[in-house]
Amino acid sequence: MSNLIVSLSPHAHGTDSVERNMYGVILALVPALLVSFFYFGIGSAIVCLTSVAACMFFEWAITKYLLKKESTVLDGSAILTGLLLGFNLPSNLPVWIVLIGALVAIGVGKMTFGGLGCNPFNPALVGRCFLLVSFPVEMTSWPVAGQLLKYTDATTAATPLSVMKNAIKTGDASCLNQLPDSMSMLLGNPGLNNGAGTVGEVCALALLLGLAFMLWKKIITWHIPVSIIATVFVFSGILHLANPVYASPVAELLSGGLMLGAIFMATDYVTSPMTYKGQLIYGVAIGFLTVVIRNWGAYPEGMSFAILIMNAFTPLINAYIKPKRFGEVIKKEDK
Amino acid sequence: MKLRTFRIGGIHPEENKITAEVATKVAALPTQAIFPLSQHIGAPAKPVVAKGDKVKVGTLLAEAGGFVSAPIYSSVSGTVLKIDNAVDATGYRKPCIIVKVEGDEWEESIDRSDKLETVAAHPELTPEEIVNRIKVAGVTGMGGAGFPTFIKLCPPPGAKAECVIINGVECEPYITSDYRLMMEHADEILVGLDLLMKAAKVDKGYIGIEDNKPEAIRLLEEKTANNPNVEIVPLAKKYPQGGEKQLVDAVIRRQVPAPPAIPVNVGAIVQNVGTAFAVYQAVMKNKPLFERYTTVTGKKVANPGNFLVRMGTPMKELIDFCGGMPEGDNKVLAGGPMMGKALTSTEVPVCKGTNSITILTDSDARRKKPQACIRCAKCVSVCPMGLEPFLLATASSMHNWEKVEQEDITSCIECGSCQFTCPAHRPLLDNIRLGKTTVMGIIRARNAKK
Repeated sequence: MSNLIVSLSPHAHGTDSVERNMYGVILALVPALLVSFFYFGIGSAIVCLTSVAACMFFEWAITKYLLKKESTVLDGSAILTGLLLGFNLPSNLPVWIVLIGALVAIGVGKMTFGGLGCNPFNPALVGRCFLLVSFPVEMTSWPVAGQLLKYTDATTAATPLSVMKNAIKTGDASCLNQLPDSMSMLLGNPGLNNGAGTVGEVCALALLLGLAFMLWKKIITWHIPVSIIATVFVFSGILHLANPVYASPVAELLSGGLMLGAIFMATDYVTSPMTYKGQLIYGVAIGFLTVVIRNWGAYPEGMSFAILIMNAFTPLINAYIKPKRFGEVIKKEDK
Repeated sequence: MKLRTFRIGGIHPEENKITAEVATKVAALPTQAIFPLSQHIGAPAKPVVAKGDKVKVGTLLAEAGGFVSAPIYSSVSGTVLKIDNAVDATGYRKPCIIVKVEGDEWEESIDRSDKLETVAAHPELTPEEIVNRIKVAGVTGMGGAGFPTFIKLCPPPGAKAECVIINGVECEPYITSDYRLMMEHADEILVGLDLLMKAAKVDKGYIGIEDNKPEAIRLLEEKTANNPNVEIVPLAKKYPQGGEKQLVDAVIRRQVPAPPAIPVNVGAIVQNVGTAFAVYQAVMKNKPLFERYTTVTGKKVANPGNFLVRMGTPMKELIDFCGGMPEGDNKVLAGGPMMGKALTSTEVPVCKGTNSITILTDSDARRKKPQACIRCAKCVSVCPMGLEPFLLATASSMHNWEKVEQEDITSCIECGSCQFTCPAHRPLLDNIRLGKTTVMGIIRARNAKK
């Protein structure tokens, strides 16, 4: 007679896996990746490929030689970090800077804390912010879209965000007329001078497509992206009504890394709160901080910093915001 | 119309109800029947027979061993071989009465006719008499947990029953014994419900059935069309809807507070359809609980089916009747894949709570390798009790009992939704069980000191 297998219940498992979620997010990033090839051509391809390859290499090397653990390079998380890091960089960034970014993202942002699931901060954002403060010039010169065959020699221009910042600095609302119209910001705008930005943020529509895919596949829930987008819309809308020097809420939403951050960076499983209520608080705070940094901070873009700041608050949110226990409703009614 | 269901969490496991349309067969008599003295929650029963005694079908073998306990009756006729320890579904060796089967002679007091008795035709049945007959017949919850039924009908002081809810949900994958019972004995179940309502002195009864059993819903709706006191409630399919607290929430929109509160604290008495059928037989036919409906199933089982089984029948005999153990590595479960117990031996007998024997083969039988927690929060969103399984599991594995008690670990109903969902295949429920058992021990010790 064959042996019986014995274990505790449950004996059934769903089809979900870490890989399914990671590769699902990567798949959701494909539309934005294709659009970036279309607008930034070879530069975007070089930056993204370097970033992904470097992140995978560092993940493999560190797990194998430093941590001496089983390699986790194929679970998709390193590829995802690489892709998101690449999306957050300008398409004319030299390869060696991308490599440093990948090393910081994986080495410092993720592996020092013990690898997947243990990092308090979003690794891709750690990499990006490290580069931003270390190489401020390279990290803020944005090539104009449409130069498909140019890489580091591409012509650069101001992004919509620096146009907005300029309007606030000078107090001249007419500066905002240089902004592209909303439709071209939604679709991306290869011809215009101001259609510049990081690799992944240029087309909001492609990112929204990714959001729809992730919601459909139940990889993420609506709570974080919707609360960020709604907060930015309301807060910047109030500012815009009070003083037209502040850009319109639609322009705020469609410019810079807002969509990329709200949909793909803030929703990172590891660094976001565990309960729906906590996720809403987290999202609202990120939206609020983003608008504050954009309008009154030193940098034109506030998304990355807002997310990193709220990453630091995630353990606190988890400690105090508990899901509603079954039966709690009754308890309150009785009292 | 949107179907009712419970409000927090829940999952949708693959149904695999292979045996749903297989009509129930009467299982063959075993050559030897094994009766564990502990088939219910509470004190084990005390044997009243000795080695060499002759017993008939329906003879009392062991009397209730305390208030929370239930008597055990023989399901076969023959000679008591011995009273000895044998492995039961928990995997431990526990005292059992073993009877060698000779013929099939029934106690004369049992009414074996098929005539349907109704409550209206028996005005002599007072609530106290019904409760007493249920108690004497050894009826316990037939859904798995096995709580003595008569205790549920006597609410603790301060609680008042308002309705009886019959659990026809059968949300566990694979199992179809309750469904077959509803299809084949709907009338008896409805009389059983009437008896339970009379015993609990309430005039409202519900039968909750998931919408994946449209035939059962239609049949019971037809039969209760002229009865304003009984309502058939179709429920949206979701696991663990068959959990008592979830069912109460789904049917009457009330949530039972945290333990030690029980459903009757919000006015509901929940009984399984199998229990309602057993109540009918006990009260109307004077037939103690010694038979039950059991599903024998599995993707690789040659002839899966539903059976009317004499309790005490070793599971091996049923499995052999269905074509024997499938090739390969098997996991044999008493119950379904979500909450069933994996057996260490197929000599274990069918007991009062054995609603199914489920055989999982090869990859279905094995757990997947656990990975690091990615903090995706899916366990939190599926927990039907509104707990945080990731936190309870981690804190339990670090033996932080104070923390897990604070985080309401004792509310866990061990449904396994968290572990089912976990993309990293983490053994969440294993750790939570460790924490829950330890904390309950700590609470008991604390209360004993007071």
